[in-house]
Amino acid sequence: MLFTSYEFLAFLAIVLALYYILPKKTQWAVLLAASYAFYALSGIEYLAFIAVTTITSFAAARLMGRVSDGEKRYLEGRGEELSKEEKKAYKAKKKKRRFLILCLALALNFGILAVLKYTAFAVVNVNSLLHTFGAETTLTVPSLILPLGISFYTFQTMGYLIDVYWAKAEAQKNIFKLALFTSFFPQLIQGPISRFSDLAPQLFGEHKFERKNVTYGLQRILWGYFKKLVIADRVLIAVNAAAESPENFGGVYVFLLIILYSVQIYADFTGGIDITIGIAEAMGIRLAENFNRPFSSRSTKEYWNRWHITMGSWFNDYVFNPVSVCRPMLAISKKSRKWFGKKVGKRIPVYLATVITWFLTGLWHGAGWNFIVWGLLNALVIIVSQELEPLYSRFRKRFPRLCASWGYGAFASIRTFLLMGLIRSLDVYRNVPLTFKMWGSIFTKFNLPELLSGGISALGLGLADYIIIVCGCIIMFAVSSLGKERSVRDRLYNRPVLSWCLCGALFVAVILFGAYSVGYDASQFIYNQF
Amino acid sequence: MKKRILITLAAILVICLLLAFLQTLVIPKYADDKTKEGSLVSEYYAEAGGHDVLFVGDCEIYESFVPAVLWEKYGISSYVRGSPQQLVWQSYYLLEEMLEYETPNAVVFNVFSLKYGEPQSEPYNRMTLDGMRWSSSKIDAINASMTDEESFIEYVFPILRFHSRITQLTSQDFKYAFGSPKVSHSGYLMQTGVDPQTDFSKGRTELDYEISDNAWKYLDMMRALCEENGIELILVKAPTNTMKYWWHDEYEEQISEYAEENRLSYYNFIPLAGEIGIDWSTDTYDKGAHLNVYGAEKLTEYFGRILSEDFGIEDRRTDASLSEAWDVRLESYYKERNG
Repeated sequence: MLFTSYEFLAFLAIVLALYYILPKKTQWAVLLAASYAFYALSGIEYLAFIAVTTITSFAAARLMGRVSDGEKRYLEGRGEELSKEEKKAYKAKKKKRRFLILCLALALNFGILAVLKYTAFAVVNVNSLLHTFGAETTLTVPSLILPLGISFYTFQTMGYLIDVYWAKAEAQKNIFKLALFTSFFPQLIQGPISRFSDLAPQLFGEHKFERKNVTYGLQRILWGYFKKLVIADRVLIAVNAAAESPENFGGVYVFLLIILYSVQIYADFTGGIDITIGIAEAMGIRLAENFNRPFSSRSTKEYWNRWHITMGSWFNDYVFNPVSVCRPMLAISKKSRKWFGKKVGKRIPVYLATVITWFLTGLWHGAGWNFIVWGLLNALVIIVSQELEPLYSRFRKRFPRLCASWGYGAFASIRTFLLMGLIRSLDVYRNVPLTFKMWGSIFTKFNLPELLSGGISALGLGLADYIIIVCGCIIMFAVSSLGKERSVRDRLYNRPVLSWCLCGALFVAVILFGAYSVGYDASQFIYNQF
Repeated sequence: MKKRILITLAAILVICLLLAFLQTLVIPKYADDKTKEGSLVSEYYAEAGGHDVLFVGDCEIYESFVPAVLWEKYGISSYVRGSPQQLVWQSYYLLEEMLEYETPNAVVFNVFSLKYGEPQSEPYNRMTLDGMRWSSSKIDAINASMTDEESFIEYVFPILRFHSRITQLTSQDFKYAFGSPKVSHSGYLMQTGVDPQTDFSKGRTELDYEISDNAWKYLDMMRALCEENGIELILVKAPTNTMKYWWHDEYEEQISEYAEENRLSYYNFIPLAGEIGIDWSTDTYDKGAHLNVYGAEKLTEYFGRILSEDFGIEDRRTDASLSEAWDVRLESYYKERNG
């Protein structure tokens, strides 16, 4: 069930009504039932997968909790009888046991994700290798179902398990409550990836009907639909046209495509997240923000602190940091310091961890070389930026006024926007050599007059569409800029007439200018597929 | 608090009114020559009641039978409720709806659409269904007709379907926002052009000639509905037969068999075209796919005789009020016919 379907709106209205009409202590049960109904409506066969993740995570967390409780009881009871070394050895033994349980659960759940998501990709590559070496055997590429939102719910739930292992979260004692944390329907398909300690108390708590929450929630949902239907799905037409016929749209079109796809993915993904956060907000639940004006970023590092924040922090906490301090990495660190000196040597493990993290980030996005190369290019840009940092620093010191100026800031933001857009275009063509070829055409066939003399309409959009897109982008920019200090909704809350005028205009704009219904391809949110 | 509620109610009202106005703007007006057919179904209500014969079916019906001629020659008051690619279930529900307004002596159904067993085309659905007034018949017709890409709610709020026309509005959309001009003559859509039929080759082979269970189901329902109301159901096939819209012998056999089994009258006018006097060099406006007004008049005159002689449909020209109404319609008919 797409967020943009009429069925979903009806479903949401029913869920919201039940959520506030039924006794507060049943609210979490309403959400669980709604989440499983939502999931079942998207494909009843998917339920088994999310149920397996829930059950195994529940069991693993409970087992780890039991080991911890046993350890605590044992040490409390016999603590004084044991020597320091014996205590240490006992703790290490118990930790090892918890680690074993954690590893089993992680292996099973990431294994399910890996098998379903990456088997076909692996087989295709094995076939290529076999053919390269002259083998005539061709393995059958399996066609496996990919449950909706599996990457998101697996990561969120595995984050919970690791938190239990690290004693940052307590093992949930009610399997149905854990099932809700795993399947909470607004965020099930495209995040944000929440942490158990943040989300669980809100999900399981009681929420009374508050006008402000509901108003804010509905306003945010409306804003999300505006971004998705008016902007993203309209730009999609041009992006698809350019991506489907790369032979006809090289040079300047690639440049245009980079900009259009950046606008599309931003409006699509932030729109979807707005709807998600808005739904939760209407229920009195605050989800983590996933974006913070990413296109204002002046560097790649800043960009990744502002774009898909919850995914970035997940990889940072559960991949980058553990990898950076794991035993093999410490050994590499030691050796690299010895071989390359302290200055260079200390950076090698960090960069290695960066490459590993971004490789996995790319792989998480999809089973394709384009995603892997996308991840590795991000790592490369981050590492090169870090290496060039002393140079930047000297430049900033030498030209402090220039660097503090608005113009330089704009230049840095546009540079970052274009660089990230360029790398992102790997996702459009989904073919690494073709993408590189198209990048090359920007420099060899940049024929601006062709675009201006009517070529732009060959992308399937008319003048009215471009006007709508530009106006939509200006509105997005204005709302984003206004919300920098204080959110637009806060500014409007005590001005009901103005609030209704703006929301009414937005609603009418969605109805009138939205790219939906017959004649438009009902498109999924881009991040649903990840 | 009270003030907030008032503002909220006022805002909702203003938004609804604005959307209602925008909806009237974006809904297709079906006023230009290419899409006039979209207005046919809605024009019935202005003339509902007092008909002896009702015609239902696809384009073959509204391009072949002229109520004005039936009245003028035989005193038969009739109405054609046809629409482009009107499917059998749409014909059924249109008939069901019309029977709420009147009970004719005979219902004439053109059988060509029986070859379709499933919903076909969204634009044609809209042309047939949007013109119906809200009733249980319309709801059932929508549910029976929707293609996979359609949603019921878009029939309830057509702005959800036609919103994209906001960037393509023409002066007609403003001119006819609150009512389109009348395009038909008691449901007959006049075509005065001549484009002779020169190609008489047989139509292409089709994958399946079996009339579907679904199509039979609605024909059965139509038959039962007529029986319940004491109405004679007459099946016809218009005389047109082109390569693109070929009436295969296999269809003919099934319909003939059905008519015989159910003791229905069935007239296939294809082999009777010569007897009727249809000249394919002058009586069609689109190379034989449909009759023009000259061909339609010949066919109507021929069929009118059958209606009055074989089915005993009475001459009602002595009915003063009916005559008065038909005089106006005839005047309008000849005004357009004779330019």
